[in-house]
Amino acid sequence: MKKWTRRAFIGAGVLASGAVIIGIAIRPGNRTSKVSGLVAEEGETLMNIWLKISPDNTVTAIIPHAEMGQGVHTTLAMMLADEMDADWSKVKFMEAPADKEYANYILAKGFIAGDANSPKFLEETIDGVFLTAVKSMNFQITGGSASVRFTGQQGMRIAGAAAKAMLLQAASETWKVPVEELKAQNSTISHAASNRTATFAELAPAAAKVKAPKHPRLKTQDEFTIMGTSKPRWDIPAKVTGAAKFGLDVMVPGMKYATIKSAPVFGAKVKSVDTSIPSNSSGVLKILNLENAVAVIAEGFWQAKTTLDTLPIEFESTENDGKSQEDIFNEYRQAMDKDLAEGNLDKHFKSGDAMAELSKAETLIEAEYQLPFLAHFTMEPMNCTAWVHDGQCEIWCGSQNPLGVKAAAAEVLDIKPDQVTVHNQLLGGGFGRRSETDVIKQAVLIAKEVDYPVKLIWSREEDTQHDVYREAMVSRMKAGLDQSGNPIAYSHQFIFKHHPAEAADVPYAIPNQLIQYSSPASHVPWGNWRSVDHSVHGFLTESFIDELAFAANQDPFTYRKTLSKNNPRFQKVLDLAYEKSNWGSALPPNWGRGIAIAQSFGSIVAEVAEVEVTMEGKVKVHRVVCVADAGFAVHPDGFIAQMESGIIYGLAAAMTGEITIKNGAVAQSNFHDYPVTRMNEAPKIETHIINSGNPPGGAGEPSTPVIAPAVTNAIFNATGIRIRQLPIAKTDLRVSIRQTT
Amino acid sequence: MINLTINGKNYPVEAPPGMPLLWVIREQCELTGTKYGCGIAQCGACTVHVDGQPIRSCITPASSVEGKNITTIEGLAPNENTLHIVQRAWIDEQTPQCGYCQSGQIMSAVALLTENPSPSDEEIEQAMSGNICRCGMYGRIKSAIKRASEALQNSSTTNPMIP
Ligand code: FES
Ligand code: FES
Repeated sequence: MKKWTRRAFIGAGVLASGAVIIGIAIRPGNRTSKVSGLVAEEGETLMNIWLKISPDNTVTAIIPHAEMGQGVHTTLAMMLADEMDADWSKVKFMEAPADKEYANYILAKGFIAGDANSPKFLEETIDGVFLTAVKSMNFQITGGSASVRFTGQQGMRIAGAAAKAMLLQAASETWKVPVEELKAQNSTISHAASNRTATFAELAPAAAKVKAPKHPRLKTQDEFTIMGTSKPRWDIPAKVTGAAKFGLDVMVPGMKYATIKSAPVFGAKVKSVDTSIPSNSSGVLKILNLENAVAVIAEGFWQAKTTLDTLPIEFESTENDGKSQEDIFNEYRQAMDKDLAEGNLDKHFKSGDAMAELSKAETLIEAEYQLPFLAHFTMEPMNCTAWVHDGQCEIWCGSQNPLGVKAAAAEVLDIKPDQVTVHNQLLGGGFGRRSETDVIKQAVLIAKEVDYPVKLIWSREEDTQHDVYREAMVSRMKAGLDQSGNPIAYSHQFIFKHHPAEAADVPYAIPNQLIQYSSPASHVPWGNWRSVDHSVHGFLTESFIDELAFAANQDPFTYRKTLSKNNPRFQKVLDLAYEKSNWGSALPPNWGRGIAIAQSFGSIVAEVAEVEVTMEGKVKVHRVVCVADAGFAVHPDGFIAQMESGIIYGLAAAMTGEITIKNGAVAQSNFHDYPVTRMNEAPKIETHIINSGNPPGGAGEPSTPVIAPAVTNAIFNATGIRIRQLPIAKTDLRVSIRQTT
Repeated sequence: MINLTINGKNYPVEAPPGMPLLWVIREQCELTGTKYGCGIAQCGACTVHVDGQPIRSCITPASSVEGKNITTIEGLAPNENTLHIVQRAWIDEQTPQCGYCQSGQIMSAVALLTENPSPSDEEIEQAMSGNICRCGMYGRIKSAIKRASEALQNSSTTNPMIP
């Protein structure tokens, strides 16, 4: 299947019907015919790479992002439709095919260059450079809370505005009237003076011949009619009827099922396995030794799984076989000591002379923190369906990076990426896990051994034990306070730096800072976990600042606000959190209140947690007030839903989330020993959005980093016990303990 | 070969002894709205009704429910053009995020409301705490149940199976 076919479109909810081709406004170079062949059908007009108009006047936004519940398809289409003045009831979307033409150069540019606007005359060059870079990186990622910030702001809006400009121009030329007298509204262009109106569809073929403007005028916020409203999300109806199709739900004629067991210790190989089909098994078709894993193909998942469970498999031993979690933390501490002693620490940030000032400080505060490995536990376990046939490969999966999937499959099979077709499905949770391609490669390795399609399903146990994990962490923090309690020096030594680069920054005005890190060896694979390094540093920074406030004998809110004097956006968020949480009001006995704030992915989020610690030491988070400076929330209800989601995800990790290593392998296996937050443990969440007039910030991640410190700071407020090790469940909080502390 | 009655339809299926209902429903009946999340009765993603009672299909042998009335998420709506009152409430509250857990959530909610048409917050929490949502939409699930409960009070019947 070389071409993206009509059949594939129907799955994406698009009725394609017919293609005239117009110039491409947004992308450098002319790729119209290639792109048109991918996304448009006869009679349709492709206005630019992200927008087409059908004869029935439907505007279709072509969205290069995966839907995992963040409502990205709806929200990005809103941005395009608003700029275009399209009739929202006639707007549809399709997910862009996994093709290099849809490599997300804008997103990569946003990541690399930040939100900074480049000089206009440079744009063409920059875009060209980025497009090339992104294509070679196979970058079509949904992640980094970036869809609205980059694709939406710099892609969809411009695509909509450019198409409108072209339609206006076409009407002006056809009717011989000045373009200033024309009005675009509800998917039509009209000329009041002569009482003429034409639909977008009627004008599209003529508009196609107009030269696309490179810098169409964008609306100002007060002109928005669709952005800033909460349109019902398009992905929801199918999700209440069971009709929504996730990767796990794919049905391909003739398909069989496979499941897999990887070597428990990361990096180990299979030593021996008998691949003959056991006589007592039912429905088993093939047993495969994949060097580092064993797979069973059968008529159904259950038949494959029950057979795999009883297969005697021996794995080679490795140097990590005896390793425990304790050993790992010890290795981390030794590496930190060694790097410090030998002056081998990598510098994250330095200002002034923190070491000298620390030694002079009135009060010196020191603390060591420790965080565990975390797994993703997406609700939908990992899976991928692959079919290798006729020198081609077809893949069905839910991926945050379909272009990466394509490259991975091509690499395994040693064929060209063009010979791989990816049918991206809905994602039953991503959280970073579905930007990896390990499962894809396994599915292809299995499928290439047979001539039928195979759906590889990981058991939840496999999903838990062969994830890519949020790093475990040891962190050492020091601060020196002056006589009035203000921090004058701050040093932080941590381990592992991934991204975003600024995650370990301290958002407060502290003159002398030294922030450094080590990168010890680890055999546990690392992966992006919702909010990535912010998930670590949000906890570290916001716990430690709370310690400083206590040492300075100041209110944690006031302390933060004073130290944010150079950051008015922070101060506004803090003020609203103060007000909405009734900060300072009385709480019942054994209750506490804690605050934390952080900026990540372009949004600033403060959370105030109200926590009860029972006499028996049970922690119950009753209420979380969340205040977010969203810049501008394009879809306010979607933004709120993301805040709620990020809080519960971070709370589950803070309370009980912990992957530990035992004998070199992951000790946990399923929800019974990796408990997550359930409804009876979930707090009431109240979210307040500040539209500060800044560019839209991210939504999917920024509420996660602050929930752990908000809760542990509240526990400190309730009990006087400072939690420096996560998860919270590790700390004995019984009242008898509290009284002796 | 056993015969299952799912959503009022007869399905002759091949289920070796011990094979859980979940995999029969998904792979042989091709009703993929019922999900696999854990396989050990921990998450609720696989919840279906057997004679009106919610069960975890991942640990229920298919052979044990032969001759009983099985309802899956696909069988909840009275017809193609009408949604179940609980499904409607789910849309009105914009409840699903990734959506993967929601079939199970809705099946548990319908079972709760059938038994108790106006549950308190605590009763909702108790009935729903067997269903995990990794997207953390618990607040919206709770609001949707309350909305459905209100809709039930205002409708002519208190049986949520009859919209
Ligand atoms: S899959 Fe049955 S309870 Fe989780
Ligand atoms: S909506 Fe994603 S797990 Fe519940």
